[in-house]
Amino acid sequence: MNGPAMSDPARGGFVVEARGLTKLYGGTKAVDAIDFGLRAGEIVGLLGPNGAGKTTTILMMLGLTESDGGTLSVLGHDPLRDPLAVKRRVGYLPDSVGFYDHLSGRVNLRYTAKLSGVARGEIDGRIDEALARVRLADVAHKPVGRYSHGMKRRLGLAEVMMKRCDVAILDEPTSGLDPQSTHELLDIIRGLKGDGVSVLLSSHMLNQVQSICDRVLLFNRGRIALQGTVAELSRQILGGGYGIFVEADDIDVPASLAGLPGVREVVAEGAGRFHVIAESDLRSAIAARLVNRGAALRRLSVVEPSLDDIYERYFAIGGAAA
Amino acid sequence: MNAISQSAAPRRKGSPWTGLGTVFLKELADHMSGARMIVLEALVVLTGIGAVYTSLQDIRSASGEAPFLFLLLFTHARDPMPSFVALLGFLVPIMSIGLVFDSVNTEFARRTMSRILAQPIYRDALLFGKFLAGLATIAVALAALWLLIVGAGLLILGIPPSSEEVARGLLFLAVAIAYAGAWLAVALLFSVVFRSPATSALSALGVWMLFSVLWPIVAPFAAQIIAPEDPMAAFLGVPSIAEIQWEQAISRFSPNTLFAESTQAIMHPATRALGPVLQSQVQGAILGSPLPLGQSLLLVWPQITGLVAIAILLFAVAYTLFQRQEIRA
Repeated sequence: MNGPAMSDPARGGFVVEARGLTKLYGGTKAVDAIDFGLRAGEIVGLLGPNGAGKTTTILMMLGLTESDGGTLSVLGHDPLRDPLAVKRRVGYLPDSVGFYDHLSGRVNLRYTAKLSGVARGEIDGRIDEALARVRLADVAHKPVGRYSHGMKRRLGLAEVMMKRCDVAILDEPTSGLDPQSTHELLDIIRGLKGDGVSVLLSSHMLNQVQSICDRVLLFNRGRIALQGTVAELSRQILGGGYGIFVEADDIDVPASLAGLPGVREVVAEGAGRFHVIAESDLRSAIAARLVNRGAALRRLSVVEPSLDDIYERYFAIGGAAA
Repeated sequence: MNAISQSAAPRRKGSPWTGLGTVFLKELADHMSGARMIVLEALVVLTGIGAVYTSLQDIRSASGEAPFLFLLLFTHARDPMPSFVALLGFLVPIMSIGLVFDSVNTEFARRTMSRILAQPIYRDALLFGKFLAGLATIAVALAALWLLIVGAGLLILGIPPSSEEVARGLLFLAVAIAYAGAWLAVALLFSVVFRSPATSALSALGVWMLFSVLWPIVAPFAAQIIAPEDPMAAFLGVPSIAEIQWEQAISRFSPNTLFAESTQAIMHPATRALGPVLQSQVQGAILGSPLPLGQSLLLVWPQITGLVAIAILLFAVAYTLFQRQEIRA
């Protein structure tokens, strides 16, 4: 009943598709007529402030909360009508996941394996494989109460892997983890993608989202304010243009670049450090001019649009109007 | 049985029992291996030994010809030790509450609820599995205790029980399990309603106190107020028939009363009625002679169905509330 081969619902390669999805709590719209899709094999990041509707959307996908309008299809099933079929093929790592502390990691996984209907003969093999992949094989016999925060998250990911699901929904998988654990976790998530699993990931860690997500959905007040790749979002929010970082001594950079064709603006970022906004990649022209005028050029690089900037700018300017 | 079937909502696919066995076995293993169970068992076994020891002493000194000697083992009381049956009436609720008062709310507290419900099961299976596991645990404990008492009786009294005694004993066991079911449902309901296990335990114990201590005191007062005044009874200084009937009706809201009445009729075969009996009704009856098992059962059938009904009703309420609960912790 599992296995990616069985999926591929026709609808244009979307494994999850929402149209006008709405959820009301009391009179307020927690999720307000959102449209989005998740294609097979991609990692999509859900961003947005707390209470923007990310978790509600996730719960609706799992059939754990009823929607109040719109349509939602997960792997070709309606989560409200046929939640068991959906949950059999969707793995979920909840925000701050918990396990039965008195049971060992392996026993915890065995319980969920049985609940998700993994064939009896296959359970132990799958658990071993998943535990090895998240590097918990040597502590699998210890009670989960003795696990660290990061180990519990990894155990949660092992559970998702063990199900051999087609879609993995990860709610804040890295919040509260130290950099080392975060790094490991992100590697494991990349591994999921390598298996052909489509991943939906909600997070506040923007640089991580940027590093592993193919696309981003930015939630705000129950709506999806922006969606697309990071480059697309930066074009929308930061405006077109090329960011170039310049670090040089012994020269007045803004003055020397003032006349250079294509340079729109030069913003000082600190002593001898400048952010140049240009119409195209002007690195060689800038380098030539600065060096010609006798500057000690220390660094010159293209500034990748950062999700952090986009996020901050959106909520500073666009967010208020949305 | 399925979910919040609003007329607008589409019917759900898949069996609500998917995963029931898995949940049941896991919860059962938790109960059986938990320290809580050992404490509860020790409590019951110790009191059981105390009760049976005193009755054994008295039975041995009494003549061996008394009918239903074996049942006396369960029902004999000598001050200050109450009978084993009475002790169970007191202890079974505590065991039931102790087992399940935290069964649903700790799943939220431990943050396992959303993870478990993200597996392909309905909430039905989770709640029902928990209830059944509690019931099975108590059933096993009571059955073990029952066998211990019968075994001790066989060894010490040296006479085998008659088939009717065995049948009545087994029936008593079944009633005790139904009684446990009613209290399990009470505790399970509180574990759904309250997110804090402490609140849930206190509320369940409060209900237990209400029915085991306060209800027997309140029932006669309430009956006095409700029942129409009967000048004849007032003149004689006795409660009127209506008043007694009201009192019984009120006290039968308590599962403790239902259990006490059921065991009364089952374990004392001479019991012919549980309410007031008029002179005209006993005309021709040989007082003190035992009733056949079928007649005893008929006498308390309403009480037994009442116990089962309480369990089902409260479980249904817990189920409805649980279905409507938000999963996000």
